[in-house]
Amino acid sequence: MAGSRSTTWTVRGIARAMLPLLAVLTVIEVGSGLVLDTFEEQLLRYPSLLVLVPVTIGTAGNLGSILAARLSTAFHLGTLSFAPDDDRLIGNAAATVALALTVFPVVGTSAWLVTLATGGTTLAPGTVVLVATLSGAALAVLAVVVTLVATYAAYRLGLDPDDVVIPIVTNTCDVLGVLVLFAVVRFVV
Amino acid sequence: MSVREVAVDAYREALPVLGVSAVGGLFAGMILGGMNAELKGVAGLLVLVPALLATRGNVYGALGAKLSSALHQGLVDPVFDADDDRLVAAVTAAMANGVLVSVFAAVVAFLVLFLLSRPSASLLTLTAIAFIAGLLSGIALTVVVVFAVFIGYRRGLNPDTLVGPVVTTTGDVFGMATLLIATRLVLTLGGG
Repeated sequence: MAGSRSTTWTVRGIARAMLPLLAVLTVIEVGSGLVLDTFEEQLLRYPSLLVLVPVTIGTAGNLGSILAARLSTAFHLGTLSFAPDDDRLIGNAAATVALALTVFPVVGTSAWLVTLATGGTTLAPGTVVLVATLSGAALAVLAVVVTLVATYAAYRLGLDPDDVVIPIVTNTCDVLGVLVLFAVVRFVV
Repeated sequence: MSVREVAVDAYREALPVLGVSAVGGLFAGMILGGMNAELKGVAGLLVLVPALLATRGNVYGALGAKLSSALHQGLVDPVFDADDDRLVAAVTAAMANGVLVSVFAAVVAFLVLFLLSRPSASLLTLTAIAFIAGLLSGIALTVVVVFAVFIGYRRGLNPDTLVGPVVTTTGDVFGMATLLIATRLVLTLGGG
């Protein structure tokens, strides 16, 4: 025990434990960066959309990680079953969608105001709020699906959902955040 | 608990955290929205943005989680002590991981842009920006995470629940601010 503990508290031990996962996640994140790059022209023309990028990615990741943490805890406490009529499952999924529908309209309004204050609005406020809200609603549904699949897979594979689900869900939701924003901008703007 | 009770409970618990980190994300967006000149000056910079922001969360979130667990186990004392080997090792490893992964992201981004024949700044420019941004954000986030975890713990808060929101909020803001500083610095030194 003392031996294993001392290895995880050395620089080399910590780096070795984390670098492979970090490298894989980075390659995936560069993929979502490429998607951003393909619509860079549009993002530069409409700075409100550029303002939305970090907050959309971040909030999507947070929605997923909060849900994952709650489901993992419920799973450890033995109060979660993966039946489609499980109260805890449906309640948490509903809360995720409700949270997105609360936060994203405010985020859209704020992104427009921030752009106004820094002197660069070329999109109508309604358009920015619509982009944020549609993205948020789609991301909430995707976050629920990704989290359920990842938690269920961890459970079937006998892994502790606390260790694997949160980084996978957070980074998947990051990437989905960019993809959904891209799709919604294509559709709305 | 009924479905409704579960949903209301989850909603109430998560809303403040989501709100606070959304404010951080909007600040980061404000910085990114003002980076028109830098994004035009360094082709491929935007490709790095998601990777660099995610790295901040992944590396310093893990540092925070590690320190919280160590406090709970009594392995680390909640005071900053440069002689505490475990604390120094955890901080050094986080900084090393953060800088290495940032530079790795720049190399991957450059290679992918090259293979797709898309416009890109030189490898040196992208890696220099990633290195400087990784180093500066690492210093800032280490200070924030260590203080938040220690002070939270001493005040009787559970550092486990503090780490997530603190890292996502400050990670976005410092991640983007240091990317701006690094890009300006490299552009001034003649990169592009």
